[in-house]
Amino acid sequence: MVAARVRRALPLYLAVAPFVLSLLFPFYWMVVTSLKQNSELYDLQAIPFWFRVRPTLAHYAYLFQRTAFATWLGNTAVVAVLSTAIAVVISVLAAYALARLRFRGGETLGAMIFAVYLVPTTLLFIPLAQVVRALNLGDTRWALIVTYPTFLVPFATWLLMSYFRTIPRELEESAMIDGCSHLGALLRVVLPTAIPGVLTATLFAFTLSWNEFIYAVTFVSSTAQKTLGPGVVTELIRGDVYYWGELMAGAVLGSVPIAIAYALLLDYYISGLTAGALK
Amino acid sequence: MSVVAARAEPGRGRRRRLVSPEAATAYLLVAPAVAILLLLVGYPCVLALYLSTSNAVVGDLGRFVGPAQFTRLLGQEIFQQTLRNTAIYAVTAVSVKVVLGLALALILAGFGRHRLPGSRLIRAVILLPWIVPTALSTVGWKWMFEPQFSVINWVLVRLGAIAYISDLQWLGETALARAAVIMVNIWRGVPFFAINLLAGLIAIPDELYEAAETDGASPLARFWFITLPLLRPVLATVVLFSLIMTISDFNIVYVLTRGGPLNSTHLLATLAHQVGLVTGEIGRGAAVSLFMLPFLMIIVFYQMRLMRRKWEW
Repeated sequence: MVAARVRRALPLYLAVAPFVLSLLFPFYWMVVTSLKQNSELYDLQAIPFWFRVRPTLAHYAYLFQRTAFATWLGNTAVVAVLSTAIAVVISVLAAYALARLRFRGGETLGAMIFAVYLVPTTLLFIPLAQVVRALNLGDTRWALIVTYPTFLVPFATWLLMSYFRTIPRELEESAMIDGCSHLGALLRVVLPTAIPGVLTATLFAFTLSWNEFIYAVTFVSSTAQKTLGPGVVTELIRGDVYYWGELMAGAVLGSVPIAIAYALLLDYYISGLTAGALK
Repeated sequence: MSVVAARAEPGRGRRRRLVSPEAATAYLLVAPAVAILLLLVGYPCVLALYLSTSNAVVGDLGRFVGPAQFTRLLGQEIFQQTLRNTAIYAVTAVSVKVVLGLALALILAGFGRHRLPGSRLIRAVILLPWIVPTALSTVGWKWMFEPQFSVINWVLVRLGAIAYISDLQWLGETALARAAVIMVNIWRGVPFFAINLLAGLIAIPDELYEAAETDGASPLARFWFITLPLLRPVLATVVLFSLIMTISDFNIVYVLTRGGPLNSTHLLATLAHQVGLVTGEIGRGAAVSLFMLPFLMIIVFYQMRLMRRKWEW
């Protein structure tokens, strides 16, 4: 019995090992590098995979004491929270109307939102930079808070539409017979039932905003307004000098919040990922 | 249908309206979404068309020059090179992602079928490359490709494949740089393929396999005649989706090479960024970006057709 089970299991473990190792190695490598002392980091004779001398938090300390890393972290959080909040509210309303209410142009609008969802951010970033400047938001965090919903809303609306469709209509109907308006039914009946869907949409919107890079690197240029990605990529590399320890520390810290959210809410991530995929 | 009845009940005096209360509510609810998409997607679209047919530069909207930017671009060596790069990048990366993603999905499906311990953990950790910020994880890769301290080369030296660590200049030679950016794209994309294809695999009813097994079909035959055909809708969706993302990619190339060496890794998006924002020729930059549009339209068309077909089932 046991032998048969092992015989069947072993090849699967052996087969998955190279995948797991190669997918995870860069993270391991980033963490180890971020904790190594410079003398070891740039020593060709050292074994790279483990520490020879005592690990150090010096690179992390440098980030907070000598660079604007804390500011970038704060900016990223503010941008992600606000743009997610705006996008989720807008999307809940739109998705409910598109999934449930009958109105002229509804289907066309649904199809258009799906098409916009497929539009990559790199297609329109140049004209959008002009719009941002015309709105007087150039080089501020607000440029990002206002523009991120352009890719969050189509995605979240699409995801929420499919969730709302799975909620039995009878629930709303009975609420409306009791005197609720459509809006009342949405708030009191549909939303509470759709909490997993709303949570998934929120989580994904937050992740997409946190990870966004091209708008962040093109719309914002002053150090105090930058978010993490552009901050780490453009300011920790000076001329030809790379501060690898600090770079890795920054990359690790910038990824940790997302990794934690992901670990805590894995099932929502997987359901969102397979429901409509994300960019 | 019964909704209509429920809705007709409150009848508030006025019999005929231009817009039913239901539709009025609907328009109200979609208004914010429509407003934001018109202002920040629709208008930039129009602006993109204007800019790309103008000779606009930073601070000057220029004047209409017709398709001159497009024809000039098509004649430029750097642009032709970029189109070739984009094609190589997308085709290579997406094909490898399909193969590796499907392999990983099949392995994970095996874990699920035999209820092996650790399958949930494995599924969780393999998604990490997809979840964390690409710009930051690519910084990690940049360190792995570093000319003097590359850990990849360190291993290759120990394996005897190269003599010195500096023998392979990953980001300094055209062919290697191309391989490097494609590698990172594959690394980031395989989890996405695997998890989606796994969902597709799980949805295939077990009875089909059991029936085939009793009929004496070999594992290969089962894969070929059951798994692949039934996986096709999911596979097509994932491939189309990945094609859009790969063709329009920016982050990996921007962080690793900025398009170099000798423009060998420029993609449409990084070239657009360089021409439009670094050099300041907004009109030409917008035109470069717009070359993504035909690909995008073809993919959107197929994607929508796929979805409609799924609804009919």
